[in-house]
This record gives sequence, C-alpha cells and structure tokens, in this order.
Amino acid sequence: MKRIEVIQNVLEANDTIANRNRQLLDKHRIFVINIMSAPGAGKTSLILQTLARLKGKLNIAVIEGDVASTVDAEKVQSKAKVVVQINTRNMPESCSLMAAMIESALKDMPLDDIGLILIENVGNLICPAEFTLGEHRRVVISSLPEGDDKPIKYPLIFVDADAVIINKMDLLPHVDFDIAAFRRSITGLNPKVEVFQLSCKTGEGVERWCSWILEQVKTNVVKR
Amino acid sequence: MHELGVTENIVNIASTKAGEAQANKVIKINLVVGELSGFVPDCIQFYFDSLSRDTVAQGAVLHFESVPAELRCRDCSTVFRPQDTLWSCPECGGRSIEIFKGRELYIESMEVE
Repeated sequence: MKRIEVIQNVLEANDTIANRNRQLLDKHRIFVINIMSAPGAGKTSLILQTLARLKGKLNIAVIEGDVASTVDAEKVQSKAKVVVQINTRNMPESCSLMAAMIESALKDMPLDDIGLILIENVGNLICPAEFTLGEHRRVVISSLPEGDDKPIKYPLIFVDADAVIINKMDLLPHVDFDIAAFRRSITGLNPKVEVFQLSCKTGEGVERWCSWILEQVKTNVVKR
Repeated sequence: MHELGVTENIVNIASTKAGEAQANKVIKINLVVGELSGFVPDCIQFYFDSLSRDTVAQGAVLHFESVPAELRCRDCSTVFRPQDTLWSCPECGGRSIEIFKGRELYIESMEVE
C-alpha cells in the first residue's frame, strides 16, 4: 500500500468550466448576472421588471433554472430577446445550476446579439452558494415574508454576493422584518455589498436597481 | 442534495490519480471538509458507494477530516471560532466578519495498492 498526496479541490471541475464560460462571455462582451434566492422571493418578478425597464437599452437574454417545468420561461418569453430553460431534475445537481449547464445553454444562444444575460438560479439559499457559473455579478434576493434572519442562517450565499435585494417592500407594514438588523447582518459579512430595497409589485425602487445594472455593464464591458 | 456532482468529481479525481500511480485499487480517500461548506459527509458516502462501483475506487474507505469554522474580525484582525449564529468579534465586539477557515472541500491524499 502506498500513500499519494493529492490536494485537489473537489469543486475545481466546476470552477474550470466557469472560467471557460467567463472567457467566452468576455469575448462576446456579454455581462452576466446570477440571481439567487429562496423559492418565492421574486426572482422571476425581478427579471420581468428589469426586462420592461431596460427594453431598448440592452439586448437581454434569460436563462431559467428550475427543477422542473417551463412556467418561468413562459412568463419571460415574450419580453426577452432569448430565453433558455434548464431543468435540473435529471442532472447531477438538481438544487442549483452548475457551470456545465450554463456552458451548454450558451451554445444555443446568439451570443453576438446579446449584451446582458440574467440567470435565474434554482430557488435555494444553500447549494447555489457553492457553484460559480462564470457570472460577473452574484445577486441575492431576500423578501420580507422570509424574515430578517436569513443572512445569519445562510451566511455563505450573502458572503459572496455583489448585491442584495430586499424585495416585497410593500409588505413592510404587515410583517415583522427589521430592515436595519438585516442590513447590519449582510454588511457585517460583506462590507462592499450593494443593497437595494424595492417592490416588484409596485415597481418602487426598481429604477435604482436597473441604473446599477447599466452602470455595471458600462464599466465592465468594453464597447465594441 | 448537491453532493452527487461533487461525489462524481471525487471518483474521477481518485481514478485519475490512481491511474497515474499505476495502482490497481484505491483503499482510502482522505477528504477535508470545512464546517461551513454545505457538504454532508454521509451524503457523499452514500453517493460514493454507487458511483464508484466498477471503478478502481470501488470499496474505498472515505475518511473525512472536518475543518472547524474560523472567522476573522475585519476591525481588529482577531481570529476566533464562532460561538453562536450571530457572528461578532469576542475582542472588540465588531460585526464586520470574514470567513478565515471552514469552506474547504478537497482531497488531501489517498492510499492505493
């Protein structure tokens, strides 16, 4: 019997594909945002609001990740330039998108006609934290009915987020959600994080989020 | 639930390394798993037993070394173990905290023959 040193990150296979995705995206000057949240926090609603407001400013494609169904893709279909649905039910990970799934989705997309891709990850606060996809920004949505303790219960996803959105602000009078405590928790874990308070239902605050996207795209993607 | 893909990688890495070492059988795989990583050793073991079937890694023992979480205060640089779910610095009470250790997931070494 002999012992061999290995020291190899088990997530390396995913990271390697994520890096390859990133190179392909950068080559085509496409900016990608990975949107993560618990089920029902408002990922699809945010995407619909974003598509409506950025219409004419950017060609936006959407990649929808769900365990099953094409419900979300159908909602987004008429608003986005391209929609690709990934169903994870029969894949090695059903609880999160992985870089290889994005790699194959990109093969079906007209990359030269796209400026921004919004990826709707599978609704889950645990698994998506472990897998990078090749995205430029990671965004987490928390909605008021979920409670203000999520950053304490699921720190990893908040640690790596570039932006956190507090959605369903219109419900504030009806729920016990301490906005200040929530913001303290996330900025403690992640001092550089950008925080948005908005309501996809009323549209309040969505403008600022969309301006942030435009600014990120402008500063990170070299114009042709 | 997200251990399946990860376990596939473990089997792949073990098979590749065993091939490089011209080994016929993997006896043991020593894995390092951080306390804060979302990976559950029992779950990895469960998938491993079926994924390793008919590979050089079939029957190998998975040994998990857990790395306890260590946090670092961004204000005073104190490194500490989290005592509860509210992460704050035991020295200065600061709430600006970064993860220092505990997110690992790697194969440290293997025993082959």
